[in-house]
Amino acid sequence: MPSVPSKAWPGMTLIGVALAIAPIVVGAGLGNAWVRVLDFAALYIMLALGLNIVVGFAGLLDLGYIAFYAVGAYLYALLASPHFGLHWPAWAILPLGAAVAGLFGVLLGAPTLRLRGDYLAIVTLGFGEIIRIFLNNLNAPVNITNGPKGIARIDPVTLLGHPLSRSVEIGGITFTGVMLYYYLFVALALVVVFIGIRLQDSRIGRAWVAIREDEIAAKACGIDTRNVKLLAFAMGASFGGIAGGLFASFQEFVSPESFGLLESVMVLCMVVLGGMGHIPGVILGGLLLTILPEAFRHGAGPVQQALFGKVLLDPEALRMLLFGLALIAVMLYRPAGLWPEPRHRRELSE
Amino acid sequence: MDIFLQQLVNGLTLGSIYALVALGYTMVYGILGLINFAHGEVVMIGALSSLTFIRLLADSGLPGPVVVLIGLVFAALVCMVLGFTIERVAYRPLRNAPRLAPLITAIGVSIVLQQLAMLIWGRNYHSVPTLLPAGSHEVLGALITDVQVIIIAVAALTMAGLMLLVNRTRLGRAMRATAENPAIASLMGVDANRIISLTFVIGSALAALAGVLVSANYGIAHYHMGFILGLKAFTAAVLGGIGNLAGAMVGGVLLGVIEALGAGYIGDLTGGVLGSNYQDVFAFFVLIVVLIFRPSGLMGEKLAERA
Amino acid sequence: MDLPVKTLTVAVAAALFVVGCGKKEEAQKSAAALQAAAPLVVKLGHSAPLTGPQAHIGKDNENGARLAVDDVNSAGIKIGSRELKLELMGEDDQADPKQGILVAQKFADAKVNAVIGHLNSGTTIPASKIYADNGIPQVSPSATNPTYTNQGFKTAFRVMANDEQQGKVLGAYAGNQLKAKTVAIVDDKTAYGEGLASEFKKSAVAAGVKVLAEEHTDDKAVDFKAILTKIKGKQPDLIFYGGMDPQAAPMAMQMKQLGIKSKLLMGDGGCTTEFVKNAGAAAEGHYCSLPGIPYEKMPGGPQFIERFKAKYGDIQLYAPYAYDAVMVVVEAIKRAQSGDSAKILAELPKTDYQGVTTRINFDDKGDLKDGAVSLYVARGGKWEALETVGAATAPAK
Repeated sequence: MPSVPSKAWPGMTLIGVALAIAPIVVGAGLGNAWVRVLDFAALYIMLALGLNIVVGFAGLLDLGYIAFYAVGAYLYALLASPHFGLHWPAWAILPLGAAVAGLFGVLLGAPTLRLRGDYLAIVTLGFGEIIRIFLNNLNAPVNITNGPKGIARIDPVTLLGHPLSRSVEIGGITFTGVMLYYYLFVALALVVVFIGIRLQDSRIGRAWVAIREDEIAAKACGIDTRNVKLLAFAMGASFGGIAGGLFASFQEFVSPESFGLLESVMVLCMVVLGGMGHIPGVILGGLLLTILPEAFRHGAGPVQQALFGKVLLDPEALRMLLFGLALIAVMLYRPAGLWPEPRHRRELSE
Repeated sequence: MDIFLQQLVNGLTLGSIYALVALGYTMVYGILGLINFAHGEVVMIGALSSLTFIRLLADSGLPGPVVVLIGLVFAALVCMVLGFTIERVAYRPLRNAPRLAPLITAIGVSIVLQQLAMLIWGRNYHSVPTLLPAGSHEVLGALITDVQVIIIAVAALTMAGLMLLVNRTRLGRAMRATAENPAIASLMGVDANRIISLTFVIGSALAALAGVLVSANYGIAHYHMGFILGLKAFTAAVLGGIGNLAGAMVGGVLLGVIEALGAGYIGDLTGGVLGSNYQDVFAFFVLIVVLIFRPSGLMGEKLAERA
Repeated sequence: MDLPVKTLTVAVAAALFVVGCGKKEEAQKSAAALQAAAPLVVKLGHSAPLTGPQAHIGKDNENGARLAVDDVNSAGIKIGSRELKLELMGEDDQADPKQGILVAQKFADAKVNAVIGHLNSGTTIPASKIYADNGIPQVSPSATNPTYTNQGFKTAFRVMANDEQQGKVLGAYAGNQLKAKTVAIVDDKTAYGEGLASEFKKSAVAAGVKVLAEEHTDDKAVDFKAILTKIKGKQPDLIFYGGMDPQAAPMAMQMKQLGIKSKLLMGDGGCTTEFVKNAGAAAEGHYCSLPGIPYEKMPGGPQFIERFKAKYGDIQLYAPYAYDAVMVVVEAIKRAQSGDSAKILAELPKTDYQGVTTRINFDDKGDLKDGAVSLYVARGGKWEALETVGAATAPAK
């Protein structure tokens, strides 16, 4: 993605306007539940972009990425809830969460530098499970995480003295809590996109791609593969940490159940399905995989009703069934992802 | 002393179950370099479809083991067809695609299989009738059941049989050639596609076998049973060195023993700070340590730098 | 090259549009029906995991609620001059807190008049905040973690004794009636299992029982031999398990295989027909407790079981509680002579209803007042009722 040419400005403005009015339109037309889905889409896009650094740019298959999300979420929960009686402001915790998650990224990365491919996958998977198990069990002998009960009544993010969970009226339009969070998440997602693009074009970004394509050659070219790989882990993890903190403040509740292996797999699916290493593709992947299951949830029953006059298959089973089929179909139809990097596309068509 | 021995026996049988499932992972990986994430779900389908046939035969008056055997044969057929189809539909079109594409279709396949199983067999847990001998024996103060003896024996025999197949037969040679380089194998007159299909079919039959034994051992079957089992078996396969048949066995047994001893002794070793709730942490920790020192598993071939 | 993406976006948009339209048509239909017979339509939301490992229990809850809805709709209850018609919106929360909150939001958008659910404490607690914010009464049939009603929400109710109440009865029973001197405690490290186990421990220790070992497993495990072997070495009189039947049944079988003679004592999670069915002979002689009074002793209990069986098969676990939860709301509607959320909410604390599980009165937190707990023993492949303990209400702290 080279710098934005001037003729792209009308397009950018259009996207900006669309992003700005989306929650108002969706909220009025489909209800707040759908705005909440959009919030999660923005959150997952942040996660997917973070994982994209590790998997897409540097080519390191990470199946435990959700651990960093968990670290960020729990850090926020511990520092801003009645659990320890601490109520730090979000603006202090979020950067701290990014730093701590980044540290965990290095912690995971350092011993696994020699591993490649599927061996790295299983170690990262194990790491993710270890973090989750610790979160679930660190309520005894000393209660740190409150165990499986999770931490409730977490403070919402406060902006200009207004907690985002409460609605506010501006110019005759009532902005509900989920809408306010939407603007926060989208703004931060845009920052993450911007950082991602800058990284991709930087020396470091090119070093990552070099390692992905051929580690030996990269080393021979004078790239310090060890540090560059560690940096990928740390950067990816810190994005996850920020998303985790936002998740905790948005839900006002965290428990270890939210950070299972399936979440890691889901984020990986977003990256690969969208188009590994290609930021617009990853955004598309995150958006689709968050919205599709919800669309199926709302649609599986009524569509059957309309087609056959009655509900033949259990809508809940059908929802996940369609989701699985969609994963298969998209990959068969577009093996490099829905919107792959142009360079990769060329390779494939040769 | 008998407690320690009992824990070893517990670990050995649990490990043999992991090994049996891990063999399926490792066969496919050995030939295609692909993690067949859906393998655990094929095991589940094997368990539930054998149960269906066993129930049909429940009133036939045939002796229990014969009923189980017939159930196993039918379940194996179901799984073989399934394995063949999965490879054809979800993996073959992607053979030259980017490395992670088949991983995503595999995840898609496991979601689909799980939901289909839920639609077919319902959400309830199914109790598996006791048809195999259910006695238990005392060996040096440790108790072991007939089913457990069968599981250990079957796992060992299966591994031995597979090794014979791969190393001593024409088919095995074709498999090894395909694993080495499908294109060149084709030039040498090996029908690589057929060999790959066959590998999936054999692996799926093994999955059915594992499914029948697992459900007989625990007396319970459920549409969600494949996920954790698949995950553990995958871990075992990697621990042993994925792609290596003996490694699958070693990794499986080792993982089983680690889990049993972990659950049994972590509490005493740490003075009660960590308990049996850290059993999986312990297992993954051992895995990570092993892979740090042997990056391609215990028995895996030393990968050339350019793997 | 960008074309397929665009087509796809359009397709998704179209799909969304179709979904949206489907809903609108439905709304028009129900509006038309309203004018014809002018029934009073009250919307109830029901949420439980309908996919995943606990799907069987979740569907059971929904079936219980559906039976109640059908009963009410065919009874022709008149609210003023209009006939009461219940509509049930059944949703899947996958036992995942995030999904639970999403479902809650969906209910709030759909302006349901009351919510029955959720099944798990882990989803009920985070969702309860949304209901409280929107003034929607919530009656959970099965979330037993004390935190749910301790948050100070006026909208939160449950029709089942909480973990504190049940654990207290179980611990005292272990010491006083079962005369256990020593016990090993196992839990599944979920909010439910761990919560119940810790309440059990407190009250068992108070009754003079010594805790020899505390072990943990998880809610997806099937192999318990390692922890059972360890427990066997300590030879406790009793093994307490805090968890659900998918684990309890294999656990009982493995106890038998290992030659463990100690009896198993469980809470409601193990007190199911599935447990005795799946554990078979290995179930014999184990104990469990279930909040409420045995159905056969309840007026209308046996008939309830029969009607449920005819429609949905065996009761898994909490269906009767879900049935009662709907009925409690219906009683409130009758007293209020309105389906309005706020009016239902005003009437719920005054509930005094003879359900199929127990007599339901709420205390000021929304918990059951004097929630009875019954004990059972497995004999001849069935749970046999032993006795019912009218538990003391949890101390107002």
